[in-house]
Amino acid sequence: MARVLLNIPRSVRPGEVVAIRTLIQHGMETGYRPGADGEVLPRDIIRRFTATYDGAEIFAAELSPAIAANPFLSFTLVATVTGPLVLRWQGDNGFDQTETREITVAA
Amino acid sequence: MRRALALVLLAPLCLSAGAEERRSGFADMARETQAMQQDDTANPGMLWVLEGEALWNRPAGPAGQSCAGCHGDAAAAMRGVAARYPAWDEAGAAPIDLAGRIAQCRETRQRAPPLARESEDLLALTTYVGHQSRGLPISPPSDPRLAAARERGQALYAERRGQLDLSCAQCHDDQAGRRLAGSTIPQAHPTGYPLYRLEWQTIGSLQRRLRGCMTGVRAEPFSYGSPEYVAIELFLASRAAGLEVETPAVRP
Repeated sequence: MARVLLNIPRSVRPGEVVAIRTLIQHGMETGYRPGADGEVLPRDIIRRFTATYDGAEIFAAELSPAIAANPFLSFTLVATVTGPLVLRWQGDNGFDQTETREITVAA
Repeated sequence: MRRALALVLLAPLCLSAGAEERRSGFADMARETQAMQQDDTANPGMLWVLEGEALWNRPAGPAGQSCAGCHGDAAAAMRGVAARYPAWDEAGAAPIDLAGRIAQCRETRQRAPPLARESEDLLALTTYVGHQSRGLPISPPSDPRLAAARERGQALYAERRGQLDLSCAQCHDDQAGRRLAGSTIPQAHPTGYPLYRLEWQTIGSLQRRLRGCMTGVRAEPFSYGSPEYVAIELFLASRAAGLEVETPAVRP
């Protein structure tokens, strides 16, 4: 399991625009770099990130080899209902990690 | 001619005035990089702090003892520890740096497989222990047994080396605050190690940073954990005494 740092408010007001910030530990090996033995290291990157809020996909990103290691992704959502925010990173070599946080909407 | 002479005379004065005011490399960074370091959810170094915390509490070795098993809560037991390293090692009768101490403790007390220098696990543990001293002033121990190594470090710092025939001091004392290509030359205070360097795309130790400078002047670097590196670390810590620990720092 890769380590993640998430900045997600626990409790928000209805209709509030909330900034979600995510940081995940991943080497993002490009597939273009030679290793210590001179052989090109195989590509190992995160390919796709998706965010699902209360069952609906609200944000997705395709990642490319040009993106730095430990990718930091930030997006906003409008908090409408109390529900789970599911964050999922998928990548090469079967990399698949899901983090779930509950967002509570209270007036 | 007279004006030129006046400028020549003034130049060393300006430089020494700049050198008197010590500051962390943090002050020379772009605002965006400073913001990255200051926000714990944007600072990638915090990933290694989390990793180190897990390792701190994980049993290792035949006795199944974890770091926490002896030392307890790191927030209390390790507060201020990183600020006073390198320190004197009674067992080896030599100075030892923080990563060396952690590796030694793991090998001799936990009897666990040794952790290599610059390995992810050793960097994570060192970052975690270093993080407990964040905000405290760097306070090198006054142990007189360290004096010889500290002087050796000072001599190494001032010694010209490599095909470019440059010493550390020629950049970091004489030219600090000026530019080497696009980068500001920092005063070389080791305030935030292990730190996340954007160029490395990962966390690294002060010894890795020293190695980078040495290959930069085309000198043969010392091997990791060598007494020469520990001596330079000792001198740099005394030079930076009083500046705040920032671990894990972010640097370009």
